[in-house]
Amino acid sequence: MTALSALVIAVIGAVLITRLARIEGRVLSLAAPIAFGVLVLILWEVLVRGYEVPMVLLPAPSAIAARMAASSHILWQDFAQTFLKAVLTGYAIGCGAGFLLAILADRSPFLRRGLLPIGNLVAALPVVGIAPIAVMWFGFDWHSKAAVVVAMTTFPMLVNTTAGLAAASAMERDLLRGYAATPWQTLVKLQLPAATPFIFTALKVNAPLALIGAIVAEFFGSPTVGMGFRIATEAARLALDMVWAEIVVAALAGSAFYGVVALAERAATFWHPSNRT
Amino acid sequence: MHVLPILTVSTILVVLWYALSILLNWQVVTDAQARAGLTPEFRATVAQTLNHTRPLLPAPHQVIEEVWRSTATLPVTSRRSLIHHAWITLSAALAGFGIGTLAGVLLATAVTHIRALDRALMPWIVASQAIPVLALAPIVVVALGALGFDGLLPKALIAAFLCFFPVAIGMVKGLTSADRLALDLLRTYSATRSQVFWTTRLPSSLPFLFAALKVAAAAAVVGAIVAELPTGAQAGLGARLLAGSYFGQTVQIWAALTVAAILSATLVGLLALLERALARRMGARA
Repeated sequence: MTALSALVIAVIGAVLITRLARIEGRVLSLAAPIAFGVLVLILWEVLVRGYEVPMVLLPAPSAIAARMAASSHILWQDFAQTFLKAVLTGYAIGCGAGFLLAILADRSPFLRRGLLPIGNLVAALPVVGIAPIAVMWFGFDWHSKAAVVVAMTTFPMLVNTTAGLAAASAMERDLLRGYAATPWQTLVKLQLPAATPFIFTALKVNAPLALIGAIVAEFFGSPTVGMGFRIATEAARLALDMVWAEIVVAALAGSAFYGVVALAERAATFWHPSNRT
Repeated sequence: MHVLPILTVSTILVVLWYALSILLNWQVVTDAQARAGLTPEFRATVAQTLNHTRPLLPAPHQVIEEVWRSTATLPVTSRRSLIHHAWITLSAALAGFGIGTLAGVLLATAVTHIRALDRALMPWIVASQAIPVLALAPIVVVALGALGFDGLLPKALIAAFLCFFPVAIGMVKGLTSADRLALDLLRTYSATRSQVFWTTRLPSSLPFLFAALKVAAAAAVVGAIVAELPTGAQAGLGARLLAGSYFGQTVQIWAALTVAAILSATLVGLLALLERALARRMGARA
């Protein structure tokens, strides 16, 4: 019975989505992905209820929503601890440090040639692993999580900004030399504007990285509040509806964070070919 | 000429590291001396900060010694051998890398050929990049544990999950980046869709695929390590990190970190070599 109804829903959904996928238009083209998301949620609910899947395996979407409504206070506290304190602080410091280092590196080609390969190497390393060390140095509270976020976000920013500062063409540099522009003027009037798309790429890459860093760092020890702490302890207690509720909050926070950065990018790089339609 | 700047910057970093270890461990050592009733003497104190058994920041030579001791001098089967732990993590990472890459490539192929999938699924895959997928690790471990699976499989699945998204996105970009002119030419030859795929789309996607694979390889190692954290696994690099942080064994933490770094740098390096070899076979000029 459950299998049958799930099959019927899936077929109807697939037909509907194929229809919706043909619609053109800026707002209307969102119909297909939204329909797909709704279809997945309905199938999830039907299958979990029909087969009476135990909570330990997979709670139904309705159970997760109920848990979110019931524990909104705890969810907010965890969000404030992890996102508002650790992630935002670490993100600001890490991106700022990477940016300043890149400007320094740009002054000296020698430094740049040495720093870039090392920055690339570090960007490929499992930086999250420094979490236990950060906890040892900066204590259990959000400072240690912010430190992990700083370590994770600095190098992508450094590598991208350095590439961006070198992106202005030789012709444009020569023109500014012809105007007898000071290095500072060249930086502000030519290199930084040319580097904006690169800087925003790093800002976008770093947004989810920062969230991951803060959550994983909490697995190594934290005060009794925070999204990573809650995920680890509730998973150990097999209260998976609470874990999923935290995941939903993390996903929403991550998407919103990314979305804000992407909007800022559109506003700041309106001149770039990829934004012209 | 490329080596000199890198060497200089590396040397500066090592010197900074030594300076930082002296600075950070100073308090620990002078406290111990005060407790022992010794008068602190500058040179002895510096020497001790660099050779403390449980330092706040171990000096580079201590980390290298520990890596050497726990890889080369212990038998591979020993539970204290880092090779043993590294292999446990690496096998999970590699299995996950394989599964995730395969799934990503298959999905990308489907997405580029079926319009409804492209419109309905692609926005979700792109959006998923903004989601901290790694936070799902405890759920996967617990749910699979309830089904009776433990050991390699949950870790591999998390690693696969992390690999899947970058590979799918990179591959879709790659498959759609084929040269318009080449595609038009193939149309005039009335080439079938599979011919277009194998002769044009797939080769032109390789640079994108390899860029994604390098990201995915690093992510797979991170995934396998983090998957060992929430359950308190007994073996693996993540378990070494956790044990080290419980017992304050900083040198052990740094050694495990170093091995993890070597693992992911090696994987990325191997992929770069493979990419170059493939490009040469396909006739690319270096």
